[in-house]
Amino acid sequence: MKPGHGEIVLAEGDVAVPEQEAELIEAFRRELDAGMWAAVPTRSSAGRREAELVKSFDEVPRDAERVIFFPRAAGGCSAPAA
Amino acid sequence: MGWGLGTAAVVLVVLLWELARPHLRSSIGRAFAFVAARRRGPDAPAYDPGRERRAEQRARELLRSCVEEHEWSMYRDLGFLRVWGGDGDGGEAPYAYLIYPHKPIVAYLPQTGELLNEYCVEFPDHTRPYGSARLPDADDVLAKWMALNADERGLIGEANMHLPGRQVDPDRVGGDLARLARWERERAGRAPIDGQPGSVRAA
Repeated sequence: MKPGHGEIVLAEGDVAVPEQEAELIEAFRRELDAGMWAAVPTRSSAGRREAELVKSFDEVPRDAERVIFFPRAAGGCSAPAA
Repeated sequence: MGWGLGTAAVVLVVLLWELARPHLRSSIGRAFAFVAARRRGPDAPAYDPGRERRAEQRARELLRSCVEEHEWSMYRDLGFLRVWGGDGDGGEAPYAYLIYPHKPIVAYLPQTGELLNEYCVEFPDHTRPYGSARLPDADDVLAKWMALNADERGLIGEANMHLPGRQVDPDRVGGDLARLARWERERAGRAPIDGQPGSVRAA
């Protein structure tokens, strides 16, 4: 997720292919180093859509279709809004 | 004779000016655009009035692909999402949250509608890749949804907590809860909802 742009595809690949996995790991590290959070859309045992925050590439389920990076949460709203 | 030549010269100059003015205008405009582009720098994107709208459309598609169908419908129809809190689910949840785009998360008691707290949290991108630190509305909602869903305690711990009414008008929240109840009744009347009538619970 990017301000003013929305979704941007950073990297695509198959984790079963070593070269592509290396590219995915590199992109993953780059985003986390930039201060982003990484979330993996998942499904619960009951089939509900959920999300899981991951802090390392090893935590990403091997069958995950995508990882979503978004800016780290911070306390905000210092001034009352309308 | 001199007056005649002078008048003719003035008329000629005016005519030439009128003929050349459109070309001069576009040339000056190009020069200004070039200067403006140089000032922005080679990496800065040019102003695009449709960019925010396209960004929001992309964000809505991403949100839709991540949340349950009824949650997407809730956001599309009402402009906010409800997430159950704690270990509860549906009508058994001890509390719930309302997620608004770029507004605090509002915690409330589903049984009574009593507002509990406001949790002010933002997802600022300090790199400002497109001149703004703000995510599109649907991305902000999805970020809150994912963070609440995956790590409720972590997100709430990160947020600034306030009493109800500091940022979001309690009357508005009350109205939104009434709209939500009406919306769910209408949907329940139209078609059975898969599983519980609410959103996924926060973890």
